[in-house]
Amino acid sequence: MLSESLLEKYRDLTSRYPTKRSALIPILLTTQEEMGYLTPESVRFISDYLKIPEIQVYEVITFYSMLRTTPVGKYHIQVCTNISCLLLGGEEIFEHISKRLGIKEGETTPDNLFSLVEVECLGACCNAPAMQINYKYHEDLSVQKVDKILDQLKQQG
Amino acid sequence: MPELVVLRDVQDSELRHIEDYLKVGGYQALKKVLLELKPEQVVDEVKKSGLRGRGGAGFPTGMKWSFIPKNVDKPKYLVVNADESEPGTCKDRVIIERNPHLLMEGIVIGSYAIGAHCCYLYIRGEYYEQAQILSLAIEEAYQHGFLGKNILRSGYDLDVHLHRGAGAYICGEETGLLESLEGKKGWPRLKPPFPAVVGLYGCPTVINNVETLATVPRIMERGADWFASLGTPKNGGTRLFAVSGHVNKPGTYELPLGIPLREIIFNYAGGMKDDKVLKAVIPGGSSCPILTADEIDVKMDFDSVAAIGSMLGSGGVVVMNEEACMVKVLLRIAKFYAHESCGQCTPCREGTTWLKNILQRVNDGQGRPKDLDHLMGIAFNMIGTTICPLSDAAALPVRSFIQKFRKEFEYHVHQKACDVAQVMV
Ligand SMILES: Cc1cc2nc3c(=O)[nH]c(=O)nc-3n(C[C@H](O)[C@H](O)[C@H](O)COP(=O)(O)O)c2cc1C
Ligand code: SF4
Ligand code: FES
Repeated sequence: MLSESLLEKYRDLTSRYPTKRSALIPILLTTQEEMGYLTPESVRFISDYLKIPEIQVYEVITFYSMLRTTPVGKYHIQVCTNISCLLLGGEEIFEHISKRLGIKEGETTPDNLFSLVEVECLGACCNAPAMQINYKYHEDLSVQKVDKILDQLKQQG
Repeated sequence: MPELVVLRDVQDSELRHIEDYLKVGGYQALKKVLLELKPEQVVDEVKKSGLRGRGGAGFPTGMKWSFIPKNVDKPKYLVVNADESEPGTCKDRVIIERNPHLLMEGIVIGSYAIGAHCCYLYIRGEYYEQAQILSLAIEEAYQHGFLGKNILRSGYDLDVHLHRGAGAYICGEETGLLESLEGKKGWPRLKPPFPAVVGLYGCPTVINNVETLATVPRIMERGADWFASLGTPKNGGTRLFAVSGHVNKPGTYELPLGIPLREIIFNYAGGMKDDKVLKAVIPGGSSCPILTADEIDVKMDFDSVAAIGSMLGSGGVVVMNEEACMVKVLLRIAKFYAHESCGQCTPCREGTTWLKNILQRVNDGQGRPKDLDHLMGIAFNMIGTTICPLSDAAALPVRSFIQKFRKEFEYHVHQKACDVAQVMV
């Protein structure tokens, strides 16, 4: 079920620590990066692989904001609305995207292209307002700049 | 221009590759340390330099290193804190992006000083590109023999592993970080025992911030006296101030400790955007009590900022103009802490939620006459009563915002509206 390349990554990650369990979060991240989200099957596999009860794996997944057990859009838009961004229009950026895509916080567009969430400080405060689409940072945002980015992504599909 | 320590060589450029770093004298400090100095001598030099931790608490780095017990046969660990999640803070990222090998060199020197042969570099999950930069730097350092076995033929061995987090502010707290590194949810540990005695996997551990470690090679290169002379007494060196908010030139500026806040805002960050009037400043990240415009002559070192009731914290300077609504800003801060409380301690778990809910209704024009007193009371009960300082970090801003801007909060409660907006119309 899991690809050989993913298993290879698991082996590499576990080799870095004296206890296998330490590799749990990096393994969850890597799996999510490959599969889009953490499926029940992959969680079961990881629990088995690291010899950690499934419930404890879920305990970890639900604690960390980047880990998820449901799919998101191909472009997962994460808008910071924390203080530095708030002062320079982060909320307006969020509202604009929400209106333009017709989705609320935590939702995905029907074509599964975009999903939108509000996030805490991204560490881009000096280039506020900022957002991340998947792992890519977009900084010094304005409504016009956001429109351009979304147009481009929509075109790419 | 003041003398640069960490950003020297990279003020407008990047030294991503090891060849570039070697060209500007990179890894020379390490050579000197490994071939000429004993670990205790390194610790002494760092003690003498007056270097204090750049992660937030400002604990003297040399002293922290000296707490590692000498005669135990357990492995010792250095853990690098690159979690950088305190709202208003984005300075470790600058070091990672522009000069990753300076951090690597600091890591090897620090590990040698405490007798560690294994180091974990914990970086927040959102910093994906930054993790790739560090991965490459680690690989290059191995290839050039600055990591691995018998480094520079000194007989000293060190392995460094990168470890990515997955989104949780509390994992920046050092023991929350250790739990996370052990594959668990990031619940901070009760102290004592302190990590220097019982840390990662129950072994002696030092946790240091990125900027702290990136400073160390310079101290070893130029000497403790030089470094100490750059700052103020007991506050050696420079600091990266990340200035954000309503200024003309937001950015990360390396300046000597003790520089007046006024100079940071008006000289380096280009003054107030659109010539608006300065209203308030958060001097060191969201956890620090707010300062009013009258307080910006404070010297930006750990002790001077503490003397006026705030903290230098993470060096994240957030500048607000006359149009910033204090209720709204505080509400956003309260939301953050309610979201990030790990939930172990009742005062923090319940308190952060209450602060958020009450501030929400004050902001929405549904505040009740007693709400401000309630907020102060809840904040009071959250200070000094919990396992880790996140609870204090949530409560202190509430107290300071309400004390210093009480009229504005009262206006919201009684007039059911925002007077800042009224000033604007
Ligand atoms: C809630 C909380 C969050 C913290 N977040 C960070 C962080 O993101 N980065 C950091 O270096 N230190 C952070 N700290 C401080 C660490 O606990 C620790 O003091 C620091 O990493 C020690 O390194 P230093 O002595 O080099 O400053 C945080 C502390 C608390 C209480
Ligand atoms: S103070 Fe808050 S964040 Fe810290 S351990 Fe207690 S509940 Fe968790
Ligand atoms: S407050 Fe938005 S990136 Fe820091």
